[in-house]
This record gives sequence, C-alpha cells and structure tokens, in this order.
Amino acid sequence: MDREKEGRGGVGVLERVREESEQLRMRLKEELEGLKQDLKEPQRTQLWRSIFRVPHERTTPRNRTLAVLANVFLHLHPARINRDAVRYSYTWGMGGISFYLFIVLTFTGVLLMFYYHPTKVQAFRDILYLEHDVPFGRLLRNMHRWAAHLMVITVWLHMFRVVLTGSYKRPREFNWCVGVILLVLTLLLSFTGYLLPDDQLGFWAVTVGTNMARATPLIGHEGPFGPQLGMTPYNDVRFALLGGSIVDSNALLRAYIWHCIALPLLAAIFMGVHFWRVRKDGGISGPAPVMLESEMKPVRKV
Amino acid sequence: MDWYQLWQIISAPDNVPIVGLLVIVPFYTWYGLRQARANDRLIQELEANPELAKTHHRKTFPYRPGWPTEVHVWPYLLRIEFLAAIIVTALLMVWSLTLDAPLEEPANPNLTPNPSKAPWYFVGLQEMLVYFDPWFAGVVLPTLIIIGLMAFPYVDANPLGNGYYTWRQRTVAIGSFLIGFYLWIALIIVGTLMRGPGWMLFWPGQTWDHTRLVYEVNRNLPDLFGITSDWGKGIFGLFAVVLFYLAAGFGLHKLVTRSPLNRKIYERTSLVQYLIFQFFAITILVGLPAKILLRLLFRIKYVWITPWFNI
Repeated sequence: MDREKEGRGGVGVLERVREESEQLRMRLKEELEGLKQDLKEPQRTQLWRSIFRVPHERTTPRNRTLAVLANVFLHLHPARINRDAVRYSYTWGMGGISFYLFIVLTFTGVLLMFYYHPTKVQAFRDILYLEHDVPFGRLLRNMHRWAAHLMVITVWLHMFRVVLTGSYKRPREFNWCVGVILLVLTLLLSFTGYLLPDDQLGFWAVTVGTNMARATPLIGHEGPFGPQLGMTPYNDVRFALLGGSIVDSNALLRAYIWHCIALPLLAAIFMGVHFWRVRKDGGISGPAPVMLESEMKPVRKV
Repeated sequence: MDWYQLWQIISAPDNVPIVGLLVIVPFYTWYGLRQARANDRLIQELEANPELAKTHHRKTFPYRPGWPTEVHVWPYLLRIEFLAAIIVTALLMVWSLTLDAPLEEPANPNLTPNPSKAPWYFVGLQEMLVYFDPWFAGVVLPTLIIIGLMAFPYVDANPLGNGYYTWRQRTVAIGSFLIGFYLWIALIIVGTLMRGPGWMLFWPGQTWDHTRLVYEVNRNLPDLFGITSDWGKGIFGLFAVVLFYLAAGFGLHKLVTRSPLNRKIYERTSLVQYLIFQFFAITILVGLPAKILLRLLFRIKYVWITPWFNI
C-alpha cells in the first residue's frame, strides 16, 4: 500500500478498500482451496500430525511397526509376532476376551454407579428405577450382569488353554501365579456385585457365602480352634467382612466399595503385571515347534 | 418327568452360563485335544525319523522355506482383536436384549428361600458342604485349590510340551488338571440341577418335594468299628486318614510312573516337588471324590472325629 496516496480524498479510499477486499477474497479462496485439499488428505494437516506421529497411509514395515510401538493403547503388543500365534485354534482368544469384558464391565459399571446408592433404603429402589425409568437402564444392567458371567467362563477357559499348551512352564511360572490371583479377583468381583441389588437372590447368596467365613479355622467363631482363641460373632473374620454380625447396611456399603473401587483397582494392577510379564517372558508361548522325548536334556544335578 | 420344573431351572437367567458350560467345556476339550493328537502324530513321526526331525519345521501348520516366520501385529493381530471385540459386543447385546438379569423381592432376612443357593460359580463349594464341614469345604479346600494351582508350574518338572498342544508327552499334568476342572464343573452342575429343598438330592426332572423326608441316618466311620471313646475316635481317625494318604499316594505313584516317559519325568522331579504334587493330588483329586463316594454309597459323615474339628 502506498503511503502517499493516503488522505487524497474519498475516491482514493474507495479504490483502496476495493483493492484490499479483492486481495482478501483471493486469499480466502486460496485458503479454502487449501482446506478442501486438507479435507481430502487430512493426514497432511498440522492437527492430524500432532495427534498421529506416524504416517499410516503408506504401509511400509517401518510404519506398521511404529503404529504399534508409538501408540499408548497398543504398545503392550510387540511389533511383530510369530506367524502361527495369530491362529484362533492356539489361544482361543480367551485372555484377550477376558480383558475386553473387564473393559465392558468397567464402562457399564461406571454408568450404573450414576444411578445407584449403596444404602438399604435406596439400593433396591434404584434397581427398579434403572429397570423401568432410566433410558436403556435395563439393557445396561443386563449387559453388566451377563458380561460378568461371561468373564468368569472366559477366565476359566483361558486357564484351561494355558494348561493344555503347557504355557505355564519356564519362564512363565510366575505369570501363571499372577493369573491365578486374577482368577480369584474375578470371582470375588462377581461375588461382591451379587449383593448390590439388595434383593432376596443377592442377600441369601451372600449370606450363604459369608456364613462359611464363620467356620474359618483360627479366625472364625465356629471354626476349629476359633472359640479357643476368643472368637465371637462380633470380632471374627465374618464380622470384618460384613462390618457387622448380619448382612445389613454396613455389608452393603462394604460390598459396594470392594466391588467398585478396591477389587477393580487390584485387578487392574495385576492385569498390568500380567500383560507386562507376557511380553517380558518372551511373548505368548507358541505355537512352539514340538520338542522330542529323545531331545530331553539330562537332569541337572543341583 | 417334571419337564416344567426342569425347564424352570435350566431357563433361570442366572443358570444360563451353566447350561452354556455343558456345551462349551466339552467343545474346547475336544478342540484342544484334537490339536494335541495332531501334534502327537507329528512327534511320533519325527521320533521315528531323525533325519526328518533335523529339517522339519515341527508344527502341524503349513510352512515353506522362505515364508516369513513373523507377521506384523498391525494389521494381522489387531484386526483379529477388533473382530473379537465386535463379536463379543454383539453377543452381549443379543444376550442382554433377550434375557433379563434376575431381580427378586427386596432382601428379607425373615424369609429364607429353600433352597438358597450361592452364585453359580460358587455352587461347587456349596455342594462340597454336603461332604465336609464348612471350615474345610468353604475355607481350607478353596485355599488349597488356589495354592495348588499356584504350585502347579513349580512341581511339573516335565520340560516337554511347552507352548504346543500335546497329550502323550504330558499325561500326568493334563490328566490331573482335567480331573480337577471337571470335578469343579460337575459339582456346580449337581448343585444347580440336582439340589432341591433342604439341599436334598433330586434327579433332574424329579419334582421338588418340600415335604420329603430322608430316613437315611448318617454314620461315622469310628461307629462302624464300635469305637466310642473320644480318644479312640481321634486316634482311629488320624490312623484312617494317614492310611488313606499312604494308600492313595502308593496308588498314585504306581500310576504316574507307569509309562517309560513318565518314569523319566519322575526322575527329574525333586523329592520336595513330588511330595507337594502328591499332597495336592491326594487331597483334592483323590480325597474329595473318595469322601463323596463314602458319603453317597455308605452314608458315612465323618472319618476323623476330634473335639475341635471333624473330617
């Protein structure tokens, strides 16, 4: 813009405005063209590149590797695995499905928590409210219930597969133990959830279950050597579990906290260890080449 | 046959997983053992032909020299995981749309349902209460099962069968686990389908009779031998249990050292490993069924009676 032209009267200003608006229009057109190009190829935008560090559009081995390694959700995977390890017949997919069900349960569980009060007055009414008034409430509760049952089954089958393929053997012995703990946690999670609707089914199932705690040796008031050690219904292990001598409001609150906070947290920690160890112990165990009896190395003398 | 009642038990939404297990567990057993048989055949072939063993890729899956031994996780594994997630979600959706989670009347401590049952995955433990006192069935036995499972890899000294399906190379390990796994599931099925009011045994399809009385009187083993004093019962029971462990241990030992391969594996097993294996195998895999049979066939309640605990 020429400074000398300034202040020469109205015609000059008009001319200038027209000129500038023309330039602006051209610039806008140009940028819109660029935006159009971006929409066609969003991978080239700054926004896209800031989120996805690795270009995905070209499937070079390097990109495929980085796609897994540079992604926080996928990084527990190795970049490449044995060509036969992806076969369904080997793993049955049960470990992965168990983990997916845990995610489904966490998701539906959090949604259910929005509608639930762990108190004797409210709990049962909240379930009725969920079933009859909350949009998709019944579906939500059903999914949580059936996912929990399914997870118990998939965890058992996962363990079954690990035994059949001998995957617990060296160097995976410790990870098997972590898996056993996860199995116990799965059952406990399911069991603590049983009481929460506060209906007859849950109440009596938990009553039956926790009554066994009375008979715990040494620390139950009906167990061997319990009475001799001063155990009564008011100080034994069952009292600690229920927060009282009967299944009542304290038991409901305790079941709720175990179910929604303590046990999922523990399970998540052990799952982290479990998956980490799968990688550190050399990935999934097979399908490995078969070993022959004639190739057994002689016994190591200790 | 009371088909209506049978249908009511089977179709109870919470019992669906048990009916599922009746199909799923045999299927996956077959699925695993079929691959074990294929591998066993390959092993036999390679064992007979050392030249082939040197060059063979040692799997039943197709492989040609030059094929890559590894594949990229992206996309070859991730697409399977994605597909599995979609299938499981769809299955859950259909299941949740067609079957409602049970909800009974509000909890009422004054109204005890008969029978009142634990959640299905713990019904096996509840069923064991018939055969053992609560301290054993409900506390000690589950603890032993968990510890036994954890000890499993440490007492299995067999180096064969690491990472592939096989039966012949691992008969003892797989056999033990299968017995335990099936026992657990059998107890769940009996507890769910065959236990009616008062936890009495009703065959599937037999009408639950709330007024049924059982005139069988349970007996204790010492009574059969006419032992009456407390000291006598205690010592007799201890003697009986020790004798059982010795006899079962001897029988198990004969069984697990029968084949030449199993003898070789036995030689690699340290004494501590072997005794731990024997203890858990006798207690859980032999003792439990033995006590069930004693009870069901001879109506024997306790074997060992002491002032503090009874077994």
